[in-house]
Amino acid sequence: MEKFVQLTARVCPLMLANLNTDQILPARYLKWPRSKGLGAVLFHDLRVDSDGKERKDFPLNQPLWQDASILLAGRNFGGGSSREAAVYALYDHGFRCVIAPSFGDIFAQNAVKNGLLTAIVSEADVVDMAPTVSENPQLPVTVDLERKVVVCGNRTYAFDIDPVSRNQLLNGWDDVDLTDSYKDRIAQFSADYRVRRPWVIPAKS
Amino acid sequence: MLLLRTLGLGVQYIADVRQARNSQSRPTGMNKPRTLIDKLWLSHEIVRRDDGAALLLVDRHYVHEGSFHAFSQMKERRRTVAEVALTFGVTDHYVPTRGRDKGIANPEIAAMVSQLEANAAESHIMLFGLRDPRQGIVHVVGPEQGLTLPGLLIVCGDSHTSTHGAFGAYAFGIGASEVAHVLMTQTLWQKKPKRMRIAVEGASAVGVGAKDIALAIIAKVGADGAQGHAIEFAGGAIRALSMEGRMTLCNMSIEAGGRCGMVAPDETTFAYLKGRPYAPKGQAFDHAVEAWSALASDPDAMFDREVTLDAVTIAPIVTWGTTPDDALPIDGYAPDPAREINPVRAKYLRDALDYMAIAPGKKLTEIAIDRVFIGSCTNSRIEDLRAAAAVLAGRVSKVPGLVSPGSSTVKRQAEEEGLDRIFREAGLEWADSGCSMCVGINGDVVQSGERCASTTNRNFRGRQGPGARTHLMSPAMVAAAAVSGHLADVRPLLSGRKV
Ligand code: SF4
Repeated sequence: MEKFVQLTARVCPLMLANLNTDQILPARYLKWPRSKGLGAVLFHDLRVDSDGKERKDFPLNQPLWQDASILLAGRNFGGGSSREAAVYALYDHGFRCVIAPSFGDIFAQNAVKNGLLTAIVSEADVVDMAPTVSENPQLPVTVDLERKVVVCGNRTYAFDIDPVSRNQLLNGWDDVDLTDSYKDRIAQFSADYRVRRPWVIPAKS
Repeated sequence: MLLLRTLGLGVQYIADVRQARNSQSRPTGMNKPRTLIDKLWLSHEIVRRDDGAALLLVDRHYVHEGSFHAFSQMKERRRTVAEVALTFGVTDHYVPTRGRDKGIANPEIAAMVSQLEANAAESHIMLFGLRDPRQGIVHVVGPEQGLTLPGLLIVCGDSHTSTHGAFGAYAFGIGASEVAHVLMTQTLWQKKPKRMRIAVEGASAVGVGAKDIALAIIAKVGADGAQGHAIEFAGGAIRALSMEGRMTLCNMSIEAGGRCGMVAPDETTFAYLKGRPYAPKGQAFDHAVEAWSALASDPDAMFDREVTLDAVTIAPIVTWGTTPDDALPIDGYAPDPAREINPVRAKYLRDALDYMAIAPGKKLTEIAIDRVFIGSCTNSRIEDLRAAAAVLAGRVSKVPGLVSPGSSTVKRQAEEEGLDRIFREAGLEWADSGCSMCVGINGDVVQSGERCASTTNRNFRGRQGPGARTHLMSPAMVAAAAVSGHLADVRPLLSGRKV
C-alpha cells in the first residue's frame, strides 16, 4: 500500500452533505474491472446531466480543479453502500485526501486500505475553508498527517483521524503481511475457540 | 520485508489478550458487567495492538457477485481461501428476477454471475447459485438456512450485513480489501465500535411494523447519527418483533450510520433457528442455546449512548427526500425550505424536493406514485409478503409494480400460501428472487422521473435507476400506496381485515 505522510495540492470544494457511495460511483459502474480505471465515472450522475452533457456548475468539471488531489466535502461523506470501488474511483481520478466533518464507517476503512486519507475537520472549519479554496482554485493546500493539520492560505486547521488508520497510512502497512505474522496464534486461537463452541461450524444440511 | 519494516517502526503489539478472553468463560472476582457487543468482541479477539486495532476471528463469510475485486486481490497474491467450510457464495445482486429461464441477455451482467460461479468453483466454496432452489438475497438466505447464528462474527462485502445482527451476531459490511483479507486469513483487523442502546418501549399499533420503527429511529438519530457505534436494539417493542421484523430493523441500522445492529437472542430466535438446515442439531442445538442465552447484555452494563423511543407514538412512516432520515409520519407534510432558518439545511431541502419533484409543504398523501416495488433484503421475507398481501387481497393496484421474494424458498412458501395469486390478481408482477429493483443493476430499474413506493432501504438519488424517485416505507404501506395510486395511510385499509 502507498504511504501517506504529507501532500500539497489543489482542493476541490464539493460542499454537499451525505455524498453517499451511490453518488460517488453509481451502481451500474460496479461491474468495471479496476484495470479500466474508475476515475472517468467518479460522481458520474452529479457531473453529467440526463442528456450526457457536463454540468458547468459541478466543481469537478472546472478545468482548474480537474487535477485537484484533495476533496473538501460536507458531513457524512461516503455513507451507504460498502462498495470499495467508490474509493477506487476517487483514487483513480487522482484524489489522495478527502476533508469532511464525518465519514461513513465502511468508506473510511476502505479508504485507508487504499492509501486515501480521510481527514475529519469540524463543520465550522470546513465552512471556513470553503470560500478560501473556491475563490483561489490554484491555492496549494498542505495536508500533514504526522502533525494532523491542514494548512490552507494563512490558516492552519487541526484534523482528526482514527489512530489505527493514521498508523497504517504513515507506514503503508499491508494488512495481510501483518496478519501472517500472527499465523500460529490464529491457528491456536481458532482451535481453542472451536473446541469450546462446537456449534459454530455449520451443520451438514 | 515489509513486515519487518512496519514492526520496526516502534508500534508495539499487545499480543496476549488470552487472559481477558478466559475471563468470559470463567468469571473472575471482578465480573465487570458487559454488553452484548462486549461479549461478542471478546470472544473473537485474537490479538490487540496498542493503537486499539484488534485481529478478530471470522465465523461466517458470505460473498456475492460484487466480491470479484477481492478474489482478484487474493489471486494476485497467489493465495487460496483459508476456511472454505465457513465461506458461502450467493448470487443475488445481478441475477435476473424476470424471465430467468431464458438466461441472462446482457453479456456484462451474465459475466458477473458466471465470474462468481467460477471463483466459487475454483475455491471450492459452497455457492447458492442461480439455479439452486435455495438461491436468494444473501441477507435472506444466510438466516433462512441456519448459517447465521447467535454469537457469530459474520462479514460480507455488503453494508446490509448488519441484518444478521438480529440473531445476536456481530455482523457488519466490509469493503473489497477486507473481503480479500478474510478470504486469505479468516480474520479481520477492526477497532471496537462504541456501544449504543436504542430502546423502543411499549407496543406498536396495528399497521405499524418494524420498518416504521426503523424509519422512526433513523429520523430521530439522523442518517449518520450512529456512526462508529454498534447498536443494540432493546425494549418491549423489539422483544415483541418476529425474527423477520428484527432483521428489517437491524438491516436498517446502517441507514442510521451504525457499524452494525443487534438484538439479544431469546426464545423467538431459538424457535426460528431450530431445524434450519445448517443450524446445530439435537444435543448440539441445546448446548448452543445454553451458550446463546448468556449473550444478552448484563443488566447493569454501560453503553456509550442511549436513545429511547415510545412505540405508541410511532405512526406509519414514509420518506419524502433523498436520504433515509428524510422520514415523516404519513399524515405529515413535505418540508418547506422557506421556513428553514439554517441556510445549508434550506439548500439541502430545496435540492431534495427538486430532485423528488415535490412542492414544498405538500401533503404527503397527495403525492401520486408511478409504480411500486416489494422486495430487497429489508422487506421481502414471508412475513413482509403476508403484510402486503393482507392489504392487497381483493383490491387492485392503480399502478404497475414488481414483487420479488427475498429467496426462492420464500417464493415457494408464498405460493403455497396463495400470496402470489393475491399479488397477480392485484395486477402486480410476481418475480424471482434477487436484489432486483432495490439497486437496479440486474436491469430492473425505475425509469428516470418515475416515482416508486418501495420496501427497500435507500432513497438515494438514482438508487433504483438514474433519475428514479424513491419513497421508502413498509410492505403494508407500499400495498396501500398501490391500491390508492398515491402515498397513503394503510391503517384505514386494514379495518375488518385479519393482519
Ligand atoms: S437487496 Fe438491495 S440493499 Fe439488500 S443486498 Fe441487495 S442491493 Fe443491497
